[in-house]
Amino acid sequence: MNYVSSPWAVGIFIFFIMAVLAISYHFARKTKSASGYFAAGGSIHWSVNGVAFAGDYLSAASFLGICGMIAMSGYDGFLYSIGYLAGWMVALFVVAEPMKRLGKFTFTDALDSKFKSKGIRLVGAISTLLISIFYLIPQMVGAGSLVTPLLGLPHEVGVIMVGVIVIVIVATAGMASTTYVQFLKGGLLIIFSLVLVFLVLSRGLSTSPDQAGNVPYHKFITLKVTSTTEDTLQLEDKAYNVLKVFKLEDGNIFVKVSNAGIENIWKLSDDKTILEEAQSITKLANGKELYNGETKDKGKFYAVGNLSTINGVENTKTGGTMDLFTFSETIKNSTVLRWGKEVIKDADSILTVYYQKPTAGRDVMGPGLKYKVDTEKGATTNDRLNFISLMLALFLGTAALPHILIRYYTVKSAAAARKSTIVAIIAIGLFYLLTLYMGLGAMTNGVLDLTNENMAAPLLAKSFGISIFAIISAIAFATVLGTVSGLIVAASGAVAHDFMDNFMKLKLNDKAKVRAGKIAALVVGFIAIILGILFKGMNVSFLVGWAFALAASANLPAIIMILFWKKTTAKGVITSIIVGLVLALGMILLSQDTYNDVYHLVGVKAPMPISNPAIFSVPISFITLVVVSLFTQKDNVKRDVENEKLEIEEAVETKQQ
Amino acid sequence: MSHGPSADWGKDGAADYKSKLGVIMFCVYTIVYAGFIFINVFEPKLMKMDIGSLNLAIVYGFGLIVFAIVLAVIYNHFCTRAEKRAGMIDEEEIAINANENTDEKGAEK
Repeated sequence: MNYVSSPWAVGIFIFFIMAVLAISYHFARKTKSASGYFAAGGSIHWSVNGVAFAGDYLSAASFLGICGMIAMSGYDGFLYSIGYLAGWMVALFVVAEPMKRLGKFTFTDALDSKFKSKGIRLVGAISTLLISIFYLIPQMVGAGSLVTPLLGLPHEVGVIMVGVIVIVIVATAGMASTTYVQFLKGGLLIIFSLVLVFLVLSRGLSTSPDQAGNVPYHKFITLKVTSTTEDTLQLEDKAYNVLKVFKLEDGNIFVKVSNAGIENIWKLSDDKTILEEAQSITKLANGKELYNGETKDKGKFYAVGNLSTINGVENTKTGGTMDLFTFSETIKNSTVLRWGKEVIKDADSILTVYYQKPTAGRDVMGPGLKYKVDTEKGATTNDRLNFISLMLALFLGTAALPHILIRYYTVKSAAAARKSTIVAIIAIGLFYLLTLYMGLGAMTNGVLDLTNENMAAPLLAKSFGISIFAIISAIAFATVLGTVSGLIVAASGAVAHDFMDNFMKLKLNDKAKVRAGKIAALVVGFIAIILGILFKGMNVSFLVGWAFALAASANLPAIIMILFWKKTTAKGVITSIIVGLVLALGMILLSQDTYNDVYHLVGVKAPMPISNPAIFSVPISFITLVVVSLFTQKDNVKRDVENEKLEIEEAVETKQQ
Repeated sequence: MSHGPSADWGKDGAADYKSKLGVIMFCVYTIVYAGFIFINVFEPKLMKMDIGSLNLAIVYGFGLIVFAIVLAVIYNHFCTRAEKRAGMIDEEEIAINANENTDEKGAEK
């Protein structure tokens, strides 16, 4: 789609960014020590920290990714909301307080508090870095998605903007500023999401949504087919010429048709009696792109998303404001015009075709459109394993995310850590309840950009006016800024504190440690910018699912076993982190989704049958820890003897004094 | 047997109780969450069954979110009670009180 920026929107956006930088500058002047930089000096009140937790967690994945996935795939997107929140139960009930008691700045501190092992320091730092980078990718992709409709700038500019601003924030102030940025952003995000849901319900539903009269609804037409042969077909309307027929392996048939010199793609209906208007992007051999046969600036690539029938009636709309129940019930009893996607190779060009897929509301409001689970609808065992694996990763990943774990160190006590987790759960839970309605709103209000589902929520806001669009986009952008800042603090903590100070024993003083952290922040920020550009166009929530799988596989077994199994040894922890990381990362890199969307290998079968590795990598990581620990019990005995010696020596020294 | 940071653990007299309560509540939530996954995978049609104006998928999904919030509040209630019973003083409150006292003194000056 072609986007033009509005000066008002740009003004609001710049105001927000300046406010964020002002907060950052304010706290920069206060932050002098390493504890101040990496953990805000343990000085944040639990209620502020709780909302900041929500701010950290409600990243681009939640606001942009989940809403986008619900808008495209219905209820299956909402599964992420359910899984993300469920993960907080692990964090609250099992991890929050003990982690606070064991750690100082980073989660590696907590892992290593018992063992004083250089190996744990090293693998903990590597794991934190890798997970942070995986989590950074979707945030950067989200930033790129935001600036396009808001400022009319290309994706790459958005990614670079976020990278630069965040590096400035983190390199100046560290954890205190990110906490207050997250607090403000978390609060604002929830308030404006409530406003957006209220507006969606006020508008009601229509089979021809026109964004309050501002954008005319494009009615997709059909052409009557008079006869078909093996290679071609005849159309009733002679103004259209059939150029080429594409028969795909999955049974779909697409037809390239020319009308008044403009070529476009149509889909042959299942009964082969009509051609349905599709939308297409043609990537020519010279790199140029045509949208529905014309250049992008012609604006012929339409926004979509509507109900084709409401309660079984065509060309109609509901009257006035709806409540949450009537809204969901109406969608359940209607037909949603969803869009499928196929990539076709045509000589030197690559065609990306989006075609109409009318779907019963009943199916939209239940699972199965993205993650196949019903065997009667062709779901295989691998499909079902993939689903279980995703839900497992979401459940177990939260409590093991480094940027969430470091937030436990910004409050004073273990009780404060618990209370801030509870504030976070309430705020995040409320927001996730709203995601379903924002997603369904975007699905039915004619606002969707088929080329980028991440834009669903901001574009939904745009349909209610440029001001709310600018505010919501600015909050979403601040969301990205805040989350990226938190992640970069976590990553720089891993490098400066865990790796340089504790692993390499460089004995950095406070000032040098903060400087090392800032340099690390710069490098990680730069890597994030590059990856954000490379991963353009992928659903951000889907990408975050991978970061969760990595965290659940590498960190969680170590955290849980250290807390609950006395026989855990340092070698057990080290091997389980390595095995979890390597296995999860390997399975992700060899999965079909990575082959299709990252390597862009059209028609190549990937070796890994499922996309989310957690169902294999988490148990294997646990088993590795147990087996290696059992074989290295001698280490624990040795460590206990040494610790006891130390304690006796300390006691003697104290007595002598 | 020494546990390194055990000195820190010792300060929290309610730690064992909170830890046990946490594990029990975690198990309760895990069972309900696993039930959701189980129905999705083995009886997906059941998820589309009507419950009033909604369906089971929405009711169960929303239920999991609301249940999480309710459990979190209950857990905090019992933990706070246990901490008070164990005679723990909220370090945060001390800090806040100390700040307030300092402020007041400052204001008096």
